[in-house]
Amino acid sequence: MPRSYLKSAFAAGVVTGLASLGAATSAQAEDLTLCWAAWDPANALVALSKDFEAKSGHKMSFEFVPWPNFADRMLNELNSGGKLCDLMIGDSQWIGGAAENGQYVKLNDFFDKEGIKMSDFIPATVTGYSEWPKGTPNYWALPAFGDVVGWSYRKDWFSRPELQAEFKQKYGHELAVPKTFEELKHIAEFFQGRVIDGKTVYGAAIYTERGSEGITMGAMDVLYSYGFEYQNPDKPYELEGYVNSDKSVKGLEFYKELYNCCAPPGSSDAYMSENIDAYKSGQVALQMNFAFTWPGINADPNVGGDKSGYFPNPAGPDGKQFAQLGGQGISVVAISEKQDAALEYIKWFAQPDVQAKWWQLGGYSALRAVVEDPGFAKSQPYAQTFLDSMAIVKDFWAEPSYASLLQASQKRFHNYVVAGQGTAKEALDGLAADWKAIFEDEGKY
Amino acid sequence: MSSYSVTEPSARQKWAAGTLVVIYALITILPLLWIIATSFKSPSDAIAYPPKTLFEPTLEGYVNLFTTRTRATEQDLKELGEPKTWYDRIVRKDGFIIAGPSRFLERFSNSMIIGFGSTVLCIVLGTAAAYAFSRFKVPLKDDLLFFILSTRMMPPIAVAIPIFLMFRSLGLNDTHAGMILLYTAVNLSLAVWLLKGFIDEIPIEYEEAALIDGYTRFQAFYKVVLPQAMTGIASTAIFCLIFAWNEYAFAVLLTSGTAQTAPPFIPTIIGVGGQDWPAVAAGATLFLVPVMIFTIVLRKHLLRGITFGAVRK
Amino acid sequence: MLDSSADRAVGETPPVVSKRSRGLSDRAIAWLFVAPSIFLLLAVNIFPLIWTVRLSFTNFRVNRPNAEVQFVGLKNYISVLTDGDIWQTMQATAHFLIWTIVLQVLIGFALAYLINKKFRGNDMWTTIIVLPMMLSPAVVGNFWTFLYQPQIGLFNYAVGYLTGTDPSTFSMIGDVSLAPWAIVIVDTWMWTPFVMLICLAGLRSIPSSIYEAAECDRASKWRQFWTITIPMVLPFLMLAVLFRGIENFKMFDLVVQLTGGGPGSITELTSINLKREAFEKWRTGYASAYAVILFVTVFGLASIYVKALNKVKQR
Repeated sequence: MPRSYLKSAFAAGVVTGLASLGAATSAQAEDLTLCWAAWDPANALVALSKDFEAKSGHKMSFEFVPWPNFADRMLNELNSGGKLCDLMIGDSQWIGGAAENGQYVKLNDFFDKEGIKMSDFIPATVTGYSEWPKGTPNYWALPAFGDVVGWSYRKDWFSRPELQAEFKQKYGHELAVPKTFEELKHIAEFFQGRVIDGKTVYGAAIYTERGSEGITMGAMDVLYSYGFEYQNPDKPYELEGYVNSDKSVKGLEFYKELYNCCAPPGSSDAYMSENIDAYKSGQVALQMNFAFTWPGINADPNVGGDKSGYFPNPAGPDGKQFAQLGGQGISVVAISEKQDAALEYIKWFAQPDVQAKWWQLGGYSALRAVVEDPGFAKSQPYAQTFLDSMAIVKDFWAEPSYASLLQASQKRFHNYVVAGQGTAKEALDGLAADWKAIFEDEGKY
Repeated sequence: MSSYSVTEPSARQKWAAGTLVVIYALITILPLLWIIATSFKSPSDAIAYPPKTLFEPTLEGYVNLFTTRTRATEQDLKELGEPKTWYDRIVRKDGFIIAGPSRFLERFSNSMIIGFGSTVLCIVLGTAAAYAFSRFKVPLKDDLLFFILSTRMMPPIAVAIPIFLMFRSLGLNDTHAGMILLYTAVNLSLAVWLLKGFIDEIPIEYEEAALIDGYTRFQAFYKVVLPQAMTGIASTAIFCLIFAWNEYAFAVLLTSGTAQTAPPFIPTIIGVGGQDWPAVAAGATLFLVPVMIFTIVLRKHLLRGITFGAVRK
Repeated sequence: MLDSSADRAVGETPPVVSKRSRGLSDRAIAWLFVAPSIFLLLAVNIFPLIWTVRLSFTNFRVNRPNAEVQFVGLKNYISVLTDGDIWQTMQATAHFLIWTIVLQVLIGFALAYLINKKFRGNDMWTTIIVLPMMLSPAVVGNFWTFLYQPQIGLFNYAVGYLTGTDPSTFSMIGDVSLAPWAIVIVDTWMWTPFVMLICLAGLRSIPSSIYEAAECDRASKWRQFWTITIPMVLPFLMLAVLFRGIENFKMFDLVVQLTGGGPGSITELTSINLKREAFEKWRTGYASAYAVILFVTVFGLASIYVKALNKVKQR
């Protein structure tokens, strides 16, 4: 799409040039549609965008799709050449396909022209949300919302002396934020089935969703820290022995044990919203979820404020510590006829003061000026955890064939972890074979 | 319906049958009542354990269904002052402000346009075709009729691939016109079969008489046959509407921002974090209303329609 | 349909009206009336079908507009049929199909039989029973995930209350052995009224004179039931089975919302599997072959069934 971008950039130049000759009227007012997932941060973005509307004269419309349908609907939209979205805050893994099929506008020239530097953003988010191919300075998005899997826990329960004493006696270490996944499991076991304030509670709400990406996003957190690798670091797309290494097997076994021992009843198909429900209704001591949930938990009348604490993924047996990257970049849809106005929006969005307001409203800014501000870590109880988690991220495949790759892992993981079929070794061997077949199809070997 | 003399059930039999049916009806209606009750609960009452049968009714679910809300900082809340309306008050209670209307009304009216639009079109085309099949010698009639019927056997997902491609190249993706045409085509087979059964029953002598009186064939169809076929048309319309109104697979694959109907939309209503069950229930309740009214009004004809016109009066 | 489809179309069509009319000729009107329907069906049903068949021999992918499309012969068909997945989904579909039909026929017929006793208020109760089938299956599936939630769900709570088990100890949609039944229960709840209505129509079509004659012959009620009621209702029942069979073979919306095919792939019915191939992995060619196989299957089964149905009718 670079050519069409150049054309529109040229047109924009002509338009602004002509406009500056006459009165300083802004370019034609457009009605822009921004597509994103339907969740708390999206509502915050609506509020934030009022400022853009006031300043630019463009009108913003929004199309928000809930997570379980988000990828389906939006990829369908991109693939069908729909003209619904001018701006897309698409999931990080779509970038490969969107770039290679020319569905997003390449932003390098625009960034250069407007003086937007990618070095101003958290490096992990630039790699995760903007680059394709990974590790090269080809940008298809501006990091919009930093997100990462982490944990929230019931600080109020943890601080009860009688529970602390009982826990210490049982497991030999303090009832505190876990340093390893093994410790995390102890805590989850400890709370599972326990009666607290007359109510039976459970250990840990974890991701198990089957339909979209849930169980993969959850299991990967453990797998990474146990030593799972997507491929041979020296030989791309060599999977055998990395995907299904003994360490990976241990990791997946751990995830299943955690599911069996400590998940609340009925969490066989749980993703972000189910886990929030379980946590907010006071059912669980620990909750795995993306960082976007933390502002909502902090503000919750039942479990908010001092009752909850936050911690990043603990380490695996070898001390490795990783977290699954979430979050998205904002891109301009190539088929849109309003690319100039859309780029204007990105330009506005990248400004430091807008990013600061974004964080205030509950949006995780990826701008370093915001997160590296000395006051940031203390600005919210979860801010430090966000920073710590962001420092250890890893992402799923962002290949054009990501949907097939994801389908395979969803099926293999769910079959083993939730349905209890086969062994972890079989699941990962199968996964390696599935992925290999997909890459073979893609002509990677 | 002729009454049975010898075969009339005894009072005791009637009583026993009535009791069993009422028990079944009560059990079967329970989930439906639960949906309606949930629509009037607060989100925390909705997920209370054990389930609450007695609760303080609130319109929060309906407010959440029709609005999008955003979390406001305390400063913002102070600046805004006291809530002005009852729905502001409900939202403000949890530290939120109303950011704007939700998409529900649009989705609902899309359902109205597409549902009723395709029903009308289907009835018009179906009645004409059924009349022709009933009264004239149409070449290859049997094959055509069977062909029309067989089109209903395809799983929607299976036909969705080429329809998706076709709509994309014709620019019909995500348009009302595209969905109306699609639903009409899907329903047409049913409509033609049903309506042919009804029109077959209208004595041909009426038309003969009209033709002798100097009506043209078209006038005879319009002024004589149509009024007679009205009950049949009504029962056919119910089935076309129920299908088009509730259809999900095509809607989820072929529509997005503009022409999306309510069925793909309602399950995706989420609140603060979790799924907003009261709002989902409110959506489901409101969505049931039009088709329920339509059905209750036309319920006498339901039985004939459902048997594909196989039951004769 | 009920009668041998073609026979009835020909046999019962009233004699063609003599062509004395003015205005358009009958022939022109016939074509004018039939053509739009046929055209629409050709455009929206048949043309896509042919297109599917064509795509099924290629490696085309909707999401790769730039890739070259190649003719791959029967490769897609072979890989669909040799993939273990399709058999697993066929099994899941068969389980769903058989049990929903069995339960709906038994309960639906029993209800119709009872309602036909014409107790007072039977009309009102019939209307109430019919309500679930007016709902949108997708919305129903979604809402039942809520009813099936352990602890807070009404279903688990009711079962717990009635049997004394702890409602949090079982999860209808999370348990491998329960999930196939979870979808059967919801479909049965929703569609039993449909079968009931058809049976009711059947029962009401039996002339009371037949029973009166049997009564004169001193046939017992039991005998009357088996020799009159059942045979007379059977064609209607078979019709109901045909409709439910076709619909549930196509089942997508309710189950996808209810279980999403999980746990694992236990409730992944063919339509759900096909949707994943076609619209998530975007393997258009492969999915087209899959679709053709499904169509041939359902068309074949339905044709055999319709033949059997006609035999029953003619008896």
